[in-house]
Amino acid sequence: MTDWHSKTIKEMSIDLAKGEYSSEELTRHFLKRIEQHEPNLNSFISTFPEQAISLAQQSDEKRREGNSEPLLGIPIAHKDIFCTKGQRTTAGSNMLDNFISPYDATVVENLKTAGTINMGKANMDEFAMGSSNEHSAYGNTRNPWDLARVPGGSSGGSAAAVAAGLCAAATGTDTGGSIRQPAAFCGVTGLKPTYGRISRYGIIAFASSLDQAGPITRTAEDAAIMLEAMAGYDPKDSTSINQPVPSYSAKINDSIEGLKVGICKEYFTDGLDRNIEAAIQDAVTELEKLGAVISEVSLPNTKHAVPAYYVIAPAECSANLSRYDGVRFGHRCEDPADISDLIKRSRSEGFGEEVKSRIMVGTFALSAGYYDAYYRKAQQIRRLIKNDFLDAFKEVDLILGPTTPSPAFKIGEKSNDPVSMYLEDIYTISVNLAGLPAISLPAGMAQGLPVGMQLIGSHHSEAQLLNAAHQFQQQTDWHLKSPGLANAGTTEGKPL
Amino acid sequence: MKIDNEVILNIAELAQLEVKDEMISQYADKMTAMLNLIEEMQSVNTDNIEPVSNPLDAVQTMREDKVTEKDLRDEYQAIAPEVDSGLYLVPRVVE
Repeated sequence: MTDWHSKTIKEMSIDLAKGEYSSEELTRHFLKRIEQHEPNLNSFISTFPEQAISLAQQSDEKRREGNSEPLLGIPIAHKDIFCTKGQRTTAGSNMLDNFISPYDATVVENLKTAGTINMGKANMDEFAMGSSNEHSAYGNTRNPWDLARVPGGSSGGSAAAVAAGLCAAATGTDTGGSIRQPAAFCGVTGLKPTYGRISRYGIIAFASSLDQAGPITRTAEDAAIMLEAMAGYDPKDSTSINQPVPSYSAKINDSIEGLKVGICKEYFTDGLDRNIEAAIQDAVTELEKLGAVISEVSLPNTKHAVPAYYVIAPAECSANLSRYDGVRFGHRCEDPADISDLIKRSRSEGFGEEVKSRIMVGTFALSAGYYDAYYRKAQQIRRLIKNDFLDAFKEVDLILGPTTPSPAFKIGEKSNDPVSMYLEDIYTISVNLAGLPAISLPAGMAQGLPVGMQLIGSHHSEAQLLNAAHQFQQQTDWHLKSPGLANAGTTEGKPL
Repeated sequence: MKIDNEVILNIAELAQLEVKDEMISQYADKMTAMLNLIEEMQSVNTDNIEPVSNPLDAVQTMREDKVTEKDLRDEYQAIAPEVDSGLYLVPRVVE
């Protein structure tokens, strides 16, 4: 058995160029691993083995013709929220169980053009609403580090698949932490770029003013390679940033001597797991060794982020999900009595409980008499949170803290207490409210589970974030740890 | 704020969702818990604070009023539950 699956995109790309192995061999290797580990992990909703092999053969042909793009022939997965032409795209929902997308999302098209091989569609919380993957209509993904635990969410399938070596990288989306939190729980690297950096066209919408796509990879260097292919102005997305995409890889090896890193004091409170706190303190020491200058910063409105988010996100979701009416696509109920029955029953049968609850809260927040007290108020708090960050970035280049207050929790542990699950997103949500880029990277272990460190940058600072993250990964080896795969097939509660 | 059964039924109607009788109180409890979380916002002074609708404070961009996409009606209707002669079918609305 080879260890190709534990290599980075960068290493695979070099190997492919040297002819150490072909993309077809690499793809078959990953397919074999999917076959072997999927019964335990459930990280995919659909896989496309035949198509993947055919694409790999085509990319080998292109390589023979002299093409050497960094992503040519690299097997990846797409979160099942990205529309892929001619393939089922479910968003983890029964509502879209029969939905075959008639077009590709811009991200999918961009990554196809870059030469990636799409292996399959990764599992996720329904319509990206959740932090545990327990809200998927296709069963929850399990954490490869401990099968009794959640992989995080909503991009839990993407993070678990990368962590378990079932693909080289995966796409994700992040509305309140949905890339960074699963990356932290699964011990991989996850980047949420600046709002608008990557086109939202063809991504099934959850909360349009918060949603942003990004890569989940083994390393920051791979995230830079993926981001270069994914990002860019798209006239089909009116919120897309019309600025050129810099070469994120070009500056990745620069020294971070003198980089000003702020430690947010509001992130180190009673709710933070002691082992995570210790790991983050150690990470700070590593950054200091690299020449970073550490200081304390304050983001006083942090505590208001979760309440504001749980108005804004449900409000936008209630509007976005009103399109599912059983008329044009998606689930339609059997034998509707009339138009009202058709719409209500199709929606009620198609949506899961968490989605329905959020639609209800959002509808309430937007309903007559409550708009000012809830939605407008939340958008004003959003300004205060954004201003906190803008003030902090006058003093420091990056802000550092834990990605999550605790390591991966057990499946079922929080499912009866949604509010306690929502509080898991305390460190990630304010970044979406402010539209900032942030990265989660492995920075230690707590009770045998990965710990994620989050670095937050100012708007459009992805190059600086990736540079700092890469330098940290040159200094540490947390990102090289992978779940023990020797005991594949063991039962719940044990590592794979 | 306590959400009662009447509020639940009203919101369900606005959201076009069917809530079965036995689920009403469960929804009421869940929404009350969520609203208690949200209620904390009211303690924040937001006088004269401009709301954020786009995190980059970008304004809506406009494009030239020109046809750029081809007609894909057949492809889009191929995934519809019920169509006839290019029309989406629903139960009779007008008697």
